[in-house]
Amino acid sequence: MFTILDKRKLSAEVFRMEILAPNIARERKAGQFVILQQGGDYAERIPLTIADADPEKGSVTIVFQAVGEATHSLGMLEPGDSIENVLGPLGQPTHIEKYGKVVCVGGGVGVAPMHPIAQALKQAGNDVRIIIGARNKDLVILEEEMQAIASELTICTDDGSYGRKALVTEPLKELCETWKPDLVVAIGPPIMMKFCTATTRPFGVPTVVSLNTIMIDGTGMCGGCRVSINGKTKFVCVDGPEFDAFAVDWDNLLMRLGTYKPQEQEAHHRCHIGLQIKEGEA
Amino acid sequence: MSHPNREQLDALAQEQLAAYGGRKLGVKERLAIPAQDMPTQDPAERVLNMSEVATGYTDAQVVVESLRCLQCANAPCVKGCPVRIDIPRFIARAAEGDYAGSVAVIKESSMLPAICGRVCPQEAQCQLTCTVGKSLKSIDKAVNIGRIERFVADWESEHNARKNPEIAAPTGKKVGVVGSGPASMTAAADLRRAGHEVVMFEALHKAGGVLVYGIPEFRLPKSIVQEELDALYAMGVKIERNFLVGRTAKVTDLMEREGFDALFLGTGAGLPKFLNVEGENLIGVFSANEYLTRSNLMRAYDRNKAGTPLYGSHKVAVFGGGNVAMDAARTARRLGAEEVTIVYRRTGEEMPARREEVAHAKEEGVAFLYLHAPLKIVGDEKGRVSNVELITCELGEPDASGRRSPIEIPGSEAMHEFDTVIVAIGNDSNPLIEKTTKGLDVNRRGNIIVDEETCATSMKGVYAGGDIVLGAATVILAMGQGRKAAKAMNAFLADGGATA
Repeated sequence: MFTILDKRKLSAEVFRMEILAPNIARERKAGQFVILQQGGDYAERIPLTIADADPEKGSVTIVFQAVGEATHSLGMLEPGDSIENVLGPLGQPTHIEKYGKVVCVGGGVGVAPMHPIAQALKQAGNDVRIIIGARNKDLVILEEEMQAIASELTICTDDGSYGRKALVTEPLKELCETWKPDLVVAIGPPIMMKFCTATTRPFGVPTVVSLNTIMIDGTGMCGGCRVSINGKTKFVCVDGPEFDAFAVDWDNLLMRLGTYKPQEQEAHHRCHIGLQIKEGEA
Repeated sequence: MSHPNREQLDALAQEQLAAYGGRKLGVKERLAIPAQDMPTQDPAERVLNMSEVATGYTDAQVVVESLRCLQCANAPCVKGCPVRIDIPRFIARAAEGDYAGSVAVIKESSMLPAICGRVCPQEAQCQLTCTVGKSLKSIDKAVNIGRIERFVADWESEHNARKNPEIAAPTGKKVGVVGSGPASMTAAADLRRAGHEVVMFEALHKAGGVLVYGIPEFRLPKSIVQEELDALYAMGVKIERNFLVGRTAKVTDLMEREGFDALFLGTGAGLPKFLNVEGENLIGVFSANEYLTRSNLMRAYDRNKAGTPLYGSHKVAVFGGGNVAMDAARTARRLGAEEVTIVYRRTGEEMPARREEVAHAKEEGVAFLYLHAPLKIVGDEKGRVSNVELITCELGEPDASGRRSPIEIPGSEAMHEFDTVIVAIGNDSNPLIEKTTKGLDVNRRGNIIVDEETCATSMKGVYAGGDIVLGAATVILAMGQGRKAAKAMNAFLADGGATA
């Protein structure tokens, strides 16, 4: 059992949780993830990137958006409660070195896993500029933390309720034109990462993305997470989660993410009824 | 042919028991006793449930079947058993109705008779060499050793007759067992019995390895695996779930930092092979591991309760001819697929699956398309599988495996309609431990290299067994290696760790 030490609501549907998991906290490096399973035998296993860790305290921090049955029920837990299963740290850590100028693009809840990566890149001596994107003001997270790292922070919202009314690709393109970064790291919804890749490609700026695919065990056993990288099949759980953005077959990735769409819609409806949440509220 | 039910089979056995029981039988008489059919759920009913297909012999059946054994002095069956169970002796006890005595004989050599009685390929092992089968010129007429084994093991658990093995005085040594499948379960028991502190590490949220995530409920009920695990815990074996050795801690961390005096690596073969054809990453293409794990471990077959979704399938192609392919095909039928086809490059003769599994699959309406190989998987506009292009093969010369190899016939390509593809062509070994452990030698296939006698690896104090050493093999072979390794580890630890 893994005790929840702290829980904060970062926005209407985004939670940050600190969990006691000393083994994971000790081993974890920026870019790695955990798989959680909570709610008994029938519950789903969900992969979540580790947002932060404190080896001395023995804790890891996760940030998640309550979007499905599993994340909704996770969001109902409080400090002092326990999560039944947390496995990690999984995947390859981010490759950190001094590149020079780095742009970190975080979209939505993807800002959370970006945080330790941006931090590590800064510590390695890079000049780090950060772009945060969110649907609206309420969904902007970790602004202060990112401000502390970035030499320049740009916030974009889809509806203009905060920062620039723009998609993250606009400031990203500008930076590619004027600042000429040596590396771009993008983490967020797959569609955002796809368009970030399309933005940086003409400038030839090396771009790294962190993929979050369908996954069960996280150890290489099921192969559900496979992606096409330069035409070769790779497993996100053991070969990733980070890949060269230009090598990713984005259309295949987006397609595969929709594998269980009909089933998920039904489950979402069912869980909203169960949790007495009205459709559209979360 | 109508499906004989349990009562009918039992009535027949009662008659036979009246004719043959309670007196001394000659060889001719024994050979004249008909082999007992295994009672099974009616195929039409069982494709609608996940419960065990084979329901087990009745009392009368197990005695009659046991009377068929000739008690050969040279016991060829024992030579066919990877762990050398004293088969004639346990069958003799069963014939007398001494089931407790019978299971005690098995447990001298095998830890998991309820499991092995169900999943061992007896027709390729003990029953292959059985004199009765040879005399009657049919492997199907060999004494059904596995069914008798299963009966006495089930009898023991149903009658709460299990005895906790004696545990030696504490040795002060700490041993780690990595993985919790059949090799690890066996090693853990034997190591604990010697008085060591034993900690088992399992990456998943549930212990049992392939017995739990891979083999379906209808072939091996999970309660049986759980009972074996509970017995281990009762002996004092500790379990650390959610612990992936290589990531949560490395082998060297366990040995150097965490104070383990020895380790057994029984992590299995856990990296699915794919077909390497175009369209393999389309929606609706699954490894058998994923398909079975969703249904078994995540219990997705129970759609009302499970959080893990299942793909809606109607026409399923399963590639492969082993037991895993049969498990996947039969699971697909139970999950509602109307048409399920096993596509195999060779013929039924070369198919590695157990005959019984093949027969069960056929009874359940699974179709078999032999001598066909996949060329390409085709999707619709949404990227969902719609067709598979297959090519017809013919059999050529035997290959390295001794089986005649399939040769594609040019011009025989044709499209076949399927909405789901399940790939069950085997597993490679998971490279995680190898990659994170300096000094651990593996072969070209990534299998850990061990000493044949002791299962010792290239690292002092580290032993390995099961599929991570053998490649994808069987439960009984994994068990045999777990036992062999534990014996060597016990000697190593008694020696104070002086000999490797």
